[in-house]
Amino acid sequence: MSLKEKMVSSFLAFELDTNINSPVHDIRSESIKDFEKIGFPGKKNEYWKYTPINKVLNDKLTVFKKKRHLIEFEKVKDFFVNGIESYKIVFIDGAYDPLWSNTTHKGVDICILSAILENKKYEGLINKYYNTITDKNESFSLLNSSFSKEGAFVHIPKNMELDKPIEIIHINSGGESSLMLQPRSLIILEKNSKAQILESHYSLVGENNKSPYSYPGFIDPLTNTLTEIHVEENANLDYYKIQNDLETTSLIDNTYINQKRDSEVSCHTFSFGGNIVRNNLNFYQNGENINSIMKGITILGGNQHTDHHTLVHHANPNCESYQEYKGIYNDNSTGVFNGRVLVDKIAQKINAFQQNNNLLVGEKSSVNTKPQLEIFADDVKCSHGCTIGQLDDSALFYLKTRGISEKEAKGLLTYAFANNVLENVKMQALKTKIKKIIANKIGVNLGFEL
Amino acid sequence: MAYTEEELKKELEQQEYQYGFTTEIESETFPVGLNKDIVRKISEKKNEPKWMTDWRLSAFEAWEKMEEPEWPNVKYKKPQFQEISYYSAPKTKAKYDSLDEVDPELLKTFDKLGISIDEQKKLAGVAVDIVMDSVSVATTFKETLSKKGIIFCSISEAIQEHPDLVKKYLGTVVPKKDNFYAALNSAVFSDGSFCYIPKGVKCPMELSTYFRINQAGTGQFERTLVIADEGSYVSYLEGCTAPSRDENQLHAAVVELVALDNAEIKYSTVQNWYPGNKHGKGGVFNFVTKRGICHENSKISWTQVETGSAVTWKYPSCILKGNNSIGEFYSIAVTNNYQQADTGTKMIHLGKNTKSTIISKGISAGKSQNSYRGLVRISNNAENSRNFSQCDSLLMGNNCGAHTFPYIEAKNKTAQIEHEATTSKIGEDQIFYCNQRGIDTEKAIALIVNGFSKEVLNKLPMEFAVEAQKLLEISLEGSVG
Repeated sequence: MSLKEKMVSSFLAFELDTNINSPVHDIRSESIKDFEKIGFPGKKNEYWKYTPINKVLNDKLTVFKKKRHLIEFEKVKDFFVNGIESYKIVFIDGAYDPLWSNTTHKGVDICILSAILENKKYEGLINKYYNTITDKNESFSLLNSSFSKEGAFVHIPKNMELDKPIEIIHINSGGESSLMLQPRSLIILEKNSKAQILESHYSLVGENNKSPYSYPGFIDPLTNTLTEIHVEENANLDYYKIQNDLETTSLIDNTYINQKRDSEVSCHTFSFGGNIVRNNLNFYQNGENINSIMKGITILGGNQHTDHHTLVHHANPNCESYQEYKGIYNDNSTGVFNGRVLVDKIAQKINAFQQNNNLLVGEKSSVNTKPQLEIFADDVKCSHGCTIGQLDDSALFYLKTRGISEKEAKGLLTYAFANNVLENVKMQALKTKIKKIIANKIGVNLGFEL
Repeated sequence: MAYTEEELKKELEQQEYQYGFTTEIESETFPVGLNKDIVRKISEKKNEPKWMTDWRLSAFEAWEKMEEPEWPNVKYKKPQFQEISYYSAPKTKAKYDSLDEVDPELLKTFDKLGISIDEQKKLAGVAVDIVMDSVSVATTFKETLSKKGIIFCSISEAIQEHPDLVKKYLGTVVPKKDNFYAALNSAVFSDGSFCYIPKGVKCPMELSTYFRINQAGTGQFERTLVIADEGSYVSYLEGCTAPSRDENQLHAAVVELVALDNAEIKYSTVQNWYPGNKHGKGGVFNFVTKRGICHENSKISWTQVETGSAVTWKYPSCILKGNNSIGEFYSIAVTNNYQQADTGTKMIHLGKNTKSTIISKGISAGKSQNSYRGLVRISNNAENSRNFSQCDSLLMGNNCGAHTFPYIEAKNKTAQIEHEATTSKIGEDQIFYCNQRGIDTEKAIALIVNGFSKEVLNKLPMEFAVEAQKLLEISLEGSVG
């Protein structure tokens, strides 16, 4: 039985286990029907051209988890951002873990999706927002809509500036083979509200950088996550993603962001590892004077692969979008950047900028990039730039003449290359954490205060 | 009184495609449809040797199994391949020894096109091969060239007289199964130009081919093969026009360039096929495969000015196989009314220290769609390869579209690639500045467009640059942003 057939038949068993009176039941059954029609992306699919996703679509993958794993705090404490107060929603292998979570319903809802889906009080919100902006022709989004029942739910009411950041943490314990996880988050920012959200994906690490419970024939988990974000008028969201998985775990991250007038969303994606990591980041601008910012740093090694697909749909006039992605590729790692900017005919006075810079360090590293502009309006300013190259020899030489060792000089230059993406990170503690990860990844002690 | 936008628009509507006339020449046209017999008949007609017939047949077999590509960003009604005639030739004597024997009607046609064969022969010093409805009708300067050992003739002649060269190189750059239209062309191509520059020879004049579709209901399938042997140099020009007809005409050509070690080929095109009328009716479908292969230290430079065709689908490419080879691509694509263009280039870096430059300027006006689609691929072994790409788009009016699809693939860590693209419109301040200095709006636009395209126009040979500049002005008249 192929994985597609298996998924479709699994749905019957899945349905038995869920409440069929739930408002999302129709969405689930329609999604699986649509998925059955299109299946997984084939080899000739243009949107998956450079990412061999079939490599991780093992027939043995299953959406049913058998057991529950408890993890000691020691092992996960580094996954949190140190030194800050925050709301926390923690998932272990896709299941909510109340032990380290810190949720609230006091004036603001920061909790889990499963609780909301079954609660009459939230039915209005679910009908208004749930699964309204996802791509109904995208295999993995459909699959997630069919099987998801757990994830984070955030609802910030009107005129509220959230006091602390929210950390949404997904941890793979690696305690079970062949898991395909389907976490789903719904984030709603009402008018004039403001929030900071950090979403991260980690795996527990055992010996040789493998899963701690790995055995021969062990199939590492594939996470297929979907996040829907609705940002209402004049709201402001600062959103961060950290993807720092094992070299064996894979992640497909679909994010859909719907912005209303005068709103601003900035999304930073820090990709530091994973077997295959695919980010589909989609921005829809439904109103005037909207600003969308996408930034990312990718540092890979080994045989890792990361793919950033971004889409900004400028449907209204007087909006802006800004994209800046930096990639550093060591060893045999490969990277993909596909940025798509779509400007509708009525969307005049758009200012769209797209930049992708890549450093090829590893002998067998490679980069495929495709910054794409589709423009139907004439009074716009759109530009994109893309470079692939190496560290500047003269800069390296300059540092060496100042008595800095080659390794350190390279580290400094690489760090500098990535640094300006970090400039807009407003959460200071997070900035420090990322800087530490980068320094660690580059393998040098930068020798200055982080 | 000031020249208003309205007046400009009116004038534009009256601006007709000036090459839209037809010529009354008796011609021999094959019945419509395509099958093995037609392929055989074309081959027979041309008196071709068996290997050529077999080559065509195998291409036809491959074509039958292929599907028309749908990935280009253009929309059109697909041609009915069984409703096209695949061979049409002016019905006169098979060959001309001198111009005096050429049908006077034909000569008149060329006068109208502005290519006075006689005059060019004397003044411009450009050797011209003229292909009308897929058959080469006249080649000038042959003798002068042959003294240097340069072969410049129609490809059917080359198949007869230089079979070794044709056999060795035909289909090596664009294999007969390369893509749908290349396979179709390989099966049915009726003529085209052939050019061979021997070792160490610098071709003393520009070589030029002029393509003209005349007969109704035919497709034009010509094939060009240019071989520059070691250390040689050639500059090659290509121009095209077609009559205005209500139905769409198909043009599916293949151009192959071979630059052997230390050779240099400069290939320039001014494409001015009938673009259809202002309502998007008629016009030529231009589906062309152009590719060159560079051996060591060699250089291929493509320059194109695309102003015509209803639908263009064309990617002149360079395979940089040899070490230290250089590929260049300079393009201006102008679309107006309902024209659609999906054009760009491919630079495949295989050898070490290879360099490529891409400068693409797209100008869209009216209701047209203009896409740049390019590929830069640095393979594993292409150490120290370098690419610079720049694609700029200019939008005029808010009913047109400009799109960019650059594919960049780097597999070598020593590669250096830079790509930049911008999309903008002609600024009101720019026009205001010109107006202030007494330049009227229309002239100001011409000036700005000219400046926008300068980098590419500069790369054209002189005679062509003047023509191209004029073409740009005509194509864009009245499209004030």
